[in-house]
Amino acid sequence: MYLELKNINKSFAGFKAARDVSLGVEKGSLTALLGPSGSGKTTVLRIIAGLEAPDSGEIILDGRSVNELPGSQRGIGFVFQNYALFRYMTVYDNIAFGLQVQKKNKKEIKERVVELMELTGLAGLEKRYPNQLSGGQRQRVAFARALAPNPQLLLLDEPFAAIDAKVRGELRLWLKNMIHRLGVTSIFVTHDQSEAVEVADQIVIMNEGQIEQSGTPLQIYKRPRTPFVAQFVGDSSVIEGYERFAGFQRVPGADKAVLRPEFVECFRPDNKKLAAAMGAMERGTIQEIVFKGHCMELTLSVQGAGLRAQRSLERRPVQLGDEMMVLIYRMYVFDGENARLLENQELLKIPPDQVPAAQM
Amino acid sequence: MKKTQTKRFPLPVILAIFFAACFLVLPLIFVIVQALSQGIGAYLANITEEYTQKAMLLTLKTTVVVVLVNTVFGLFAAWTVTKYSFPGRKALTTLIDLPLSVSPVISGLAFLLVFGRTSPLYGLLEGIGLKVVYAVPGIVLATLFVTFPYISREMIPVLSAQGRDEEEAAALMGAGWFTIFWRVTFPHIKWSLLYGVVLCTARAMGEFGAVSILSGHLRGKTNTLPLHIEILYNEFRYSEAFAVSSILVILALLVLVLRSLIEHRGRKGEA
Amino acid sequence: MTRSMKNNKGPGRRVIPGFGVSLGVTLTMVSLVVLIPLAALAINALQLSPGEFWAAVTRGRVLSSFAVSFFSAILAALINLAMGVLLAWVLVRCDFPGKRMLDGLIELPFALPTAIAGITLTSLTVPGGWIGRVFAPLGLKIAYTKVGIVVALVFVGIPFVVRSVQPVLEKLDGSFEESAFLMGADNWHTFRRVIWPEIRPAALTGFGMALARGLGEYGSVVFIAGNKPYATEIAPLMIMGQLQSYDYGGATAIALVMLAASFLILLLMNIVQARAARRTSG
Repeated sequence: MYLELKNINKSFAGFKAARDVSLGVEKGSLTALLGPSGSGKTTVLRIIAGLEAPDSGEIILDGRSVNELPGSQRGIGFVFQNYALFRYMTVYDNIAFGLQVQKKNKKEIKERVVELMELTGLAGLEKRYPNQLSGGQRQRVAFARALAPNPQLLLLDEPFAAIDAKVRGELRLWLKNMIHRLGVTSIFVTHDQSEAVEVADQIVIMNEGQIEQSGTPLQIYKRPRTPFVAQFVGDSSVIEGYERFAGFQRVPGADKAVLRPEFVECFRPDNKKLAAAMGAMERGTIQEIVFKGHCMELTLSVQGAGLRAQRSLERRPVQLGDEMMVLIYRMYVFDGENARLLENQELLKIPPDQVPAAQM
Repeated sequence: MKKTQTKRFPLPVILAIFFAACFLVLPLIFVIVQALSQGIGAYLANITEEYTQKAMLLTLKTTVVVVLVNTVFGLFAAWTVTKYSFPGRKALTTLIDLPLSVSPVISGLAFLLVFGRTSPLYGLLEGIGLKVVYAVPGIVLATLFVTFPYISREMIPVLSAQGRDEEEAAALMGAGWFTIFWRVTFPHIKWSLLYGVVLCTARAMGEFGAVSILSGHLRGKTNTLPLHIEILYNEFRYSEAFAVSSILVILALLVLVLRSLIEHRGRKGEA
Repeated sequence: MTRSMKNNKGPGRRVIPGFGVSLGVTLTMVSLVVLIPLAALAINALQLSPGEFWAAVTRGRVLSSFAVSFFSAILAALINLAMGVLLAWVLVRCDFPGKRMLDGLIELPFALPTAIAGITLTSLTVPGGWIGRVFAPLGLKIAYTKVGIVVALVFVGIPFVVRSVQPVLEKLDGSFEESAFLMGADNWHTFRRVIWPEIRPAALTGFGMALARGLGEYGSVVFIAGNKPYATEIAPLMIMGQLQSYDYGGATAIALVMLAASFLILLLMNIVQARAARRTSG
């Protein structure tokens, strides 16, 4: 582990921003701290940077405890949420600042700044001031500035929050590639799960100052361990009384279930492939149709519950009020603490080649 | 659009302009007319008179010292209360602004109590030959008190709106406090500092109540311009009083022009 | 994470270096210039027995000076409230020749030494003066009466209300008023229902500052007041009077009452502002 946090606690005037936070980050990896606002993710990032001191717990960087080490000596680069670019310095001076305060010689500084400006695609903007740049360019400057002194660890606080939705996707990929190319261990904070899933190698989900789960994006997505994660990740809706649906039985202690649109499929009743799976399905009516661009999202009323399902545009069109056969593949059920995956039992009984699937 | 509004509400507009003209323009014209009432020769003689010159010099010296001290203080104070969190920060901010709500006469009285005959300090300072009360140091101190918050309070709102991120970023890169202050923070506040200096200068030149208590009213020694004007006025030497006043009126107008220039410049810097 | 949480950092290591020096210099200077003189005032006040204190502040002449000071400061602040709001509105919403100059002159009372304001206003309002001449036939004397005191305090207080209200009005969209007007509201209604609620906190702040300033004002008032005992003596003048007769105790007692009054105003203003902040944020 390159970075390890052990039982970090931090409160602000009685508000517990971090409770017993422990996590590890591998060298060269890209980790996302994901959580809703107020979940303590920024606090954890600021503690790693040395911008806040933890009330208790240990921060271990490259094998040694850095609790007592000021942030400036931890070998980290920090990209602030709004970039905190020096407004009255040119792009060049912004990037050079960290090297200048280290009293590097002018030639060396110049080489490094030019190199970084090339790398980040900022060449030619040396003399501009931050307010003369676009959001994306500012982010690149902040990134280059943080990288200039060759940090071992790069920390980014909501790096995409201040950027237009349109360019955000592009910048995510750019940043991901750049970080992997440089091999610098990085941690970024985000409240946007799609951002975390797309960019990170490892996701750490936080809620109310605690870590709920950490793992690869796929693990988090497929195996949510806590009710919070099950609901927070993916496009989820919570259903009570899940045992009323065909193929599902009540799990003792677990009252609620989380369903995602991708767990639900619906078919026109005249679909010929359904015969074998009839026992695994429910009847439903289309209540709402929302055009999502790449697909339709249907809300189906099934036994009094509203279930959402996606329907490809390639399939036969449907209309409000249409009667449909609804197949629930699986769901997450959870009690107070744990979440577990429940498969449709009826569906397991039929041979795999008879399971109806949407032709994509 | 705006023109129609002017027509729609003619009475309040006229009332407001009339009110402002009576209070703000008439006095200015009056001072100039009175100052020149005996002709330009007499005016020049009045303002170059020996005691006037000495009063002017004292006012100038006092103002320079006060503005310098308040600039240094203002920078430290504004930086301290906006860039750090510490218990009592709010109380300190209130304390800095306190002189604004204290009558100048009361501030004069307070210094009289600290350094005057009734104070234990009096004997001590007497011993080393330093006279504070009824002397120049008292005038400087009283002016300092009255104008104390003028510079810091112009910078504090700017600095707290700016936040701490830039400074934190610089600190994380290992910059020392002076580097951070000079390269990162100072460019943000240079216009508000200048604005504060201008306001402080205006107030320091014109302070009357507090200085009046601590000055010995010795002509040529401890008379500042406003005190000198009072004496001339009370001796019914009106045209002389207004001639001397005209110097300060011109300076006041200069301050207002500078003020609007700085505000304009500051706004442009914002954009 | 919200900004306020960052600000509530506990004591401990601070990120931005230089805390010790900065706080040290600031505290030293605040102590020397502000704290020690005010402490001296408090210590001297404590040396008075309650009886002495009471006697000093309830002498007839002192009491009437309090009355004059409070009455004229409140009246002047009220006039400033009305005229200041009007002036601010005119400066924001109307166009007329000389507007920029007028806008620049609003702060003249801050820039002009109070003594000069005093002698000028006095000379203008004596019965033979430019303004006094207009009112003399009506039997209204301004200089050397309470009216004069109010005039001086109005002059001194003009910038407070105008400069508090002006930025708020500037932010208020003009279409706001127009829409109210289109809906058939008359001017007074538009003002009371649409504009006033928006500018009230700022206007009250300006009012409070003008009031505090008026209570303590000395330079501009002494000349115009005439300083007749029991009639036109203001409280700061009483302090001056006590000092001239070397009665430091009496002066301190009066000063303390004045200070208490201005701190009360300051406190009330803070409460008004805090409530306004809650209202807009909530």
